[in-house]
Amino acid sequence: MDRYQAGVIPYKKMGYWQPDYEPKDTDVIALFRITPQEGVDAEEAAAAVAGESSTATWTVVWTDRLTACELYRAKAYRVDPVPNTGPGTSSAQQYFAYIAYDLDLFEPGSIANLTASIIGNVFGFKAIKALRLEDMRLPVAYLKTFQGPATGIVVERERLDKFGRPLLGATTKPKLGLSARNYGRVVYEALKGGLDFVKDDENINSQPFMHWRDRFLYCMEAVNKASAATGEVKGHYLNVTAATMEDMYERAEFAKELGSVIVMIDLVIGYTAIQSMAKWARKNDLILHLHRAGNSTYARQKNHGMSFRVICKWMRMAGVDHLHAGTVVGKLEGDPHMIKGYYDTLRERHTPMSLENGLFFDQDWASLNRVMPVASGGIHAGQMHQLIHYLGEDVVLQFGGGTIGHPMGIQAGATANRVALEAIILARNEGRDIWNEGPQILEAAARWCAPLRAALDTWKDVTFNYQSTDTADFVPTATASA
Amino acid sequence: MITQGQFSFLPPLTDKQIAAQIEYALGKGWAVSVEHSDDPHPRNTYWEMHGMPMFELKDPAGILAEINECRRTFPEHYVRVLAFDATRGWETPRMAFIVNRPKEEPRLRLERQEAAGRAIRYTVRS
Repeated sequence: MDRYQAGVIPYKKMGYWQPDYEPKDTDVIALFRITPQEGVDAEEAAAAVAGESSTATWTVVWTDRLTACELYRAKAYRVDPVPNTGPGTSSAQQYFAYIAYDLDLFEPGSIANLTASIIGNVFGFKAIKALRLEDMRLPVAYLKTFQGPATGIVVERERLDKFGRPLLGATTKPKLGLSARNYGRVVYEALKGGLDFVKDDENINSQPFMHWRDRFLYCMEAVNKASAATGEVKGHYLNVTAATMEDMYERAEFAKELGSVIVMIDLVIGYTAIQSMAKWARKNDLILHLHRAGNSTYARQKNHGMSFRVICKWMRMAGVDHLHAGTVVGKLEGDPHMIKGYYDTLRERHTPMSLENGLFFDQDWASLNRVMPVASGGIHAGQMHQLIHYLGEDVVLQFGGGTIGHPMGIQAGATANRVALEAIILARNEGRDIWNEGPQILEAAARWCAPLRAALDTWKDVTFNYQSTDTADFVPTATASA
Repeated sequence: MITQGQFSFLPPLTDKQIAAQIEYALGKGWAVSVEHSDDPHPRNTYWEMHGMPMFELKDPAGILAEINECRRTFPEHYVRVLAFDATRGWETPRMAFIVNRPKEEPRLRLERQEAAGRAIRYTVRS
């Protein structure tokens, strides 16, 4: 019984490397990008990650033998070198390691528990230089233990009575410093001009210049007045992010009392708080908007941290209705293929494996509601055809500067965006090629819509063409047969 | 002016434009339906149905004739066109746009009832 002699043996020899293992339908599978330390071979590194994210410690323990330890050990079963890394390239050799975990390793319905294993200790492990969680396959059996989005795209649209076009939003600017009365002015103007939603920014909570109750009161005056003026359901994402759950519940209850259709939270409140708010939102018939504040601290760099697609998966399970997921054309990070992978993950019932889009596994979403992606950050009316081409119609397009910075005022800014949106959707449905004809379609609408004319003139040269840092690493033919 | 629906910010759609939208819906396998109402309250979900959704009718011209009959019968009502998607996981309207409005559109009124603290209970009246 060498395996259980006291002492230190390689993880590979402890049962965490099983190249013949065939994952069960009920296994959770994680795909890690591993950069091993010099002299650590890929399989040992993968086995170490499997071990440290499941049952192992650094040395042999006899108490394993009191358990069904072979079941509980995670199994690294496949290691592929990452294309374009290693000798002759600018980065150290990296590997994609596939690791399977038995379902019984995880508490039902708990993102906190899932993440405590998968991204718990293992990221600080000395035998690896860097580690990134690229993707996960969540079994249907596990997904069925999660509530999923409190409202979902279908019911959100039915409640708002808005179909067949992207929703339009804007974030109030300046994001800090406005008094509640002045803040509500921005909300009213933007909603009356044609937006569906206005939004608090991630760091608007309850500061000396504007306490939360004042903001909620003035925003709801603006929302209701705009709703009466237009006959449309309107909303403002009231950010209820706060220091404690008690504070957040208090703010959310006040938003509900005032008749808001939606509340908002930030990713930085943590997974458990997000799940709590999702349950609260389902119970109280409010839509739950999540701002991904903080994600780029760990999601942007390719060699270490975790991919945003994993956050998308966890947030769909945790139960948010809206999630910021990139614009492709705006000011924030976003390769078109990566963003398609995020959007599909949020919106589809089933996402097939697509290495091009960064999706390593087939994923059945087990009828969890669809999450509405939000595109925000440096976008304007002149890009409307590109936005709809890349993002489709089930998305909230948020033009903050592109509404509030309009030379003719906020209402005009909102109207320009709404006219551009409706003109492009009409043309798309008529079968026109919006990718190529988009600029002409917008020009034609600008002939009778002065606000759109001004928007196109003001922002015509604004583009953000930078190299993406997070892109897919795959060789189409080699990986297909692996 | 009431701005519900997909195309309220555009000039009124011509019959040709409406037919093109119907064609788009039919191409997706959706059933087109016509509804009318004199109450444009934002929470007035159930407008009167001008017959059932046209599950069997696959001809844009025929559907347009139904729409126009509704407009003729209720010239002073709002008339909207919807498209229903029966696909699993959607099972909901996928399009909705207004094709007729009263000459004088009613104004919705906002009523405010002052409540405890500085809270206000809002009611939109049509």
